[in-house]
Amino acid sequence: MSDFGGLYDAILNGDQKTSVALTKQALEEGVEPMDLIHRYMIPAMDEAGKRFECEDFFVPELLLAARAMKGALELLRPRLAASGAEPAGRVVIGTVKGDLHDIGKNLVSSMLEGGGFEVTDLGADVSPEKFVEAVRKTGAQIVCLSALLTVTMPAMKTTIEAFRQAGIRDQIKVLIGGAPVTEQYAHDIGADGYGGNAAVALARKIVAAS
Amino acid sequence: MRQLAEWLAAGPLVTDGAWGTELQNRGLAAGEVPDSWNLAHPERVEEVGAAYRQAGSRVILTNTFRSNPIALAGSGLEGETEAVNRAGVAISKKAAAGKALVFASIGPTGKLLVTGDVTPEAVRDAFTRQARALAEAGADALLIETMSDVEEARLALGAARETGLPVIVSFSFDSGRKHDRTMTGATPEQAARMAQEAGADGVGANCGAGPAAFAELFRRLRAACDLPVWLKPNAGLPGVSTSSEEFAASAAELLGAGASFVGGCCGTSPEFIRALAKRAGACVSS
Repeated sequence: MSDFGGLYDAILNGDQKTSVALTKQALEEGVEPMDLIHRYMIPAMDEAGKRFECEDFFVPELLLAARAMKGALELLRPRLAASGAEPAGRVVIGTVKGDLHDIGKNLVSSMLEGGGFEVTDLGADVSPEKFVEAVRKTGAQIVCLSALLTVTMPAMKTTIEAFRQAGIRDQIKVLIGGAPVTEQYAHDIGADGYGGNAAVALARKIVAAS
Repeated sequence: MRQLAEWLAAGPLVTDGAWGTELQNRGLAAGEVPDSWNLAHPERVEEVGAAYRQAGSRVILTNTFRSNPIALAGSGLEGETEAVNRAGVAISKKAAAGKALVFASIGPTGKLLVTGDVTPEAVRDAFTRQARALAEAGADALLIETMSDVEEARLALGAARETGLPVIVSFSFDSGRKHDRTMTGATPEQAARMAQEAGADGVGANCGAGPAAFAELFRRLRAACDLPVWLKPNAGLPGVSTSSEEFAASAAELLGAGASFVGGCCGTSPEFIRALAKRAGACVSS
């Protein structure tokens, strides 16, 4: 059997073409999907996260690594589903109403997918009603709200209020993120958590605790 | 460059503060694109510009930060690009009443070049369209602001310079532990060098951290190029309140240190600018 250490490098370097090609080859050679995930893919994303923490990587590098991971993961998904493997958790994510910024949200979305979560990405400028509908449809345990502008941050509160009115607030954990968002703000509007740079770790912790 | 030097001949200029929150105070809903008010409620947008002019702003911006066609497409307003930008300049000129200069605001597309979400050609075309409309409507200068990606800023700068107006390019250093890198990792040195090479008339920093952190950003921008420096710090971050006097004291130090243009970004209001203008006046006369 070939050594697929190149998959680790391809993901870390954000080289999606190579990560997809190597994953294809590995599957053809009969490598177990879970083996690829645990030996190469998750370690590569963990390393990317570490480099982000120490300011060696910035958003573009992280985004490219996440895409390379996602490309590889998409090839594995049918096999994982066939083997009955459950996702790490179900997440609904979106940028709140009035805010069109999606770079940070895309990053968190990709990182969560890379971390094995089933992610329903609603895009940007998402109304509270759409969030409520998506939670009902997917049975998500986690909702991630993003806002990049101080002027759109209040829509996070409105969205949480909509969950309450729909009677589903207690079924979900709401995480918020975005440049102007702080731990204090999360507390003030009744969110369950605030993700600075570590959304995936936070989501894992929540799923583990629930 | 000559034009900018003329404006700065009598000393540095106080610019304006945040517009988004001021528009919200006048009824802009959380779901509304502020720029759409240039067409829907021009009189309320004008009130914001006039409030800053009355507070002592010698330069006011335009409500066109999100008015490049790529950003406008997100809210279905792409077809209104020319109208929104022209109206934005007309409104600010009226608000300035000949007593302040009008620098037209150009913000990022919101898309990343490096991931292939947009092509350089599309970005360049988008900024060309916006810059042209702003120039035709009579802006005194163009301000490319809150930039993260040096390459996107370079494309915007190229497009803006074609108008023949003075162009300043300002970055948002909001990332990294010391708040001295942009979201894409660019340093003040990289930003300043690009600005100078690509023919900008000024370079700057806006948004990001509070005014105290801007002293170091200013020093680094200044050391890396010899362009006039534009600074618009936040008043702090949401939840961390800074009083208008505290803000004005640190912002006035930036003027004293040699910055050419100083105003405020998120969290500031006409009250903050009034406090700053008062101190700036005191600096000049003493």
